Amino acid sequence: MGNESEIRLLGTAASPFVNRVQFALNLKSIKYEYIEEYLARKSELLLTSNPVHKKVPVLLHANKPPICESQIIIEYLDEIQPDLFQLLPSASLDRANCRFWAAYIDNKFFPLYEELRRTTKKAGQEAIKEQMIEATKLLEEAFVKSSNGKAYFGGDQVGYLDVVLGCFVRWIKHVDELNDFNTFDEVRVPELAKWAKNVSSHEALKSVTPGVETLVSFFGLLHIYKPPYQ
Amino acid sequence: MIYHISTHFRPPSQTHTLTMAKQEQLVLLDYWTSIYGMRVRIALAEKGLSYEHRQEDLRNKSQLLLDSNPVHKQIPVLIHNGNPICESSIIVEYIDDVWKDKAPLLPSDSYAKARARFWADFIDKKLYQIGSKLYTKKGEEHESSRKEFMDCLKLLEGELGDKPYFGGETFGYLDVSLIPFYSWFQAYETYGNINFDHEFPKLIAWAKRCIQNKESVSNSLPDLPKILGFVQYMRKKFGIEE
Repeated sequence: MGNESEIRLLGTAASPFVNRVQFALNLKSIKYEYIEEYLARKSELLLTSNPVHKKVPVLLHANKPPICESQIIIEYLDEIQPDLFQLLPSASLDRANCRFWAAYIDNKFFPLYEELRRTTKKAGQEAIKEQMIEATKLLEEAFVKSSNGKAYFGGDQVGYLDVVLGCFVRWIKHVDELNDFNTFDEVRVPELAKWAKNVSSHEALKSVTPGVETLVSFFGLLHIYKPPYQ
Repeated sequence: MIYHISTHFRPPSQTHTLTMAKQEQLVLLDYWTSIYGMRVRIALAEKGLSYEHRQEDLRNKSQLLLDSNPVHKQIPVLIHNGNPICESSIIVEYIDDVWKDKAPLLPSDSYAKARARFWADFIDKKLYQIGSKLYTKKGEEHESSRKEFMDCLKLLEGELGDKPYFGGETFGYLDVSLIPFYSWFQAYETYGNINFDHEFPKLIAWAKRCIQNKESVSNSLPDLPKILGFVQYMRKKFGIEE
């Protein structure tokens, strides 16, 4: 892949979307320079690299213009480094299926956790938890179909969906603890619960998973910039 | 602006040869006003594919739709040899993947691909939701939506630059993603109080180019007054005052 500075990643340690990209980079043994952003005071580099969304992660590869949006970054990495640890499957239908669930995870599933974080009324919280239960039921089914009896969505090896969903496990655990909930409950979603344990202990993800202090500190920031609904 | 799209296509100078061999079965579950459905129709036409086009009654969804897209229960759904594929951007990439030998939509360069996907994602996240506020909201919310909508279009014009198409010299993935919105421009103009010819001349020129040069576009987009009529009907139905 060349020298370390050929790929730079702008991120923040607590962000699951950043962890997602790091997970992929690690799996593919791609060396990179990591630049920590302080989101309450975004750097000139971040603002010029992602003027549209002003968000992390942003991938800078050599002298190419920046690449933004974690799923797009990962598909890009898979294309420039296809031989080492291919994340997306080769068959067109399987790829479409992966992209479908990845979109579901980012657009429907994960936003529930932000909703829960910002909802203070009990009735509202219970309604969101119901939606989470429904969502994890769907993800359990998807996992069983995709894994075909193996440990990961990708089968024997970690694949695209393991990376897309795996990065959220730690964050979800944190929100769960604050809300007396257990997303990956062993009785409700046994296979997904097993998977959550497996993926979080995978070295390529474990090495970049934020500690509790980092998460608490970040949630403190979120409380200010994206406060609970009135 | 061109209001009547179907009168603008040039007759084909050669007959499309079907690129399907054997018995490939393609069914598209759709709704005529859907921007997302139009994308799929354009992609299928670009590849010269024949398919069964089924209009859904969205107030009374078919069992086929409910079985094919149990998660979202939404159109468009492409069913290829019995396998359903959902979400328009995913369907377009699938079509490009499977029928890669004809009229490639995504560029081959990895960076250019990432860039096209980024802007398609931007369109998906922003344009439709904000655009719909132009004809559903009033007062301050309407004004801020109008500004946001115009900012989005300005960004897209910036991405187009001086290229004939978003894909460069040839019509591509990002062109497919955006061109269906053109059929909604009269509705956006009317309810958003936007003069597209004046505010977004580059986009209008690009849209004209797509309509005049691409039969796949002129055959897949409904006329603008029809969409305007649909929006007027929906506003009345939901009690939004004229």
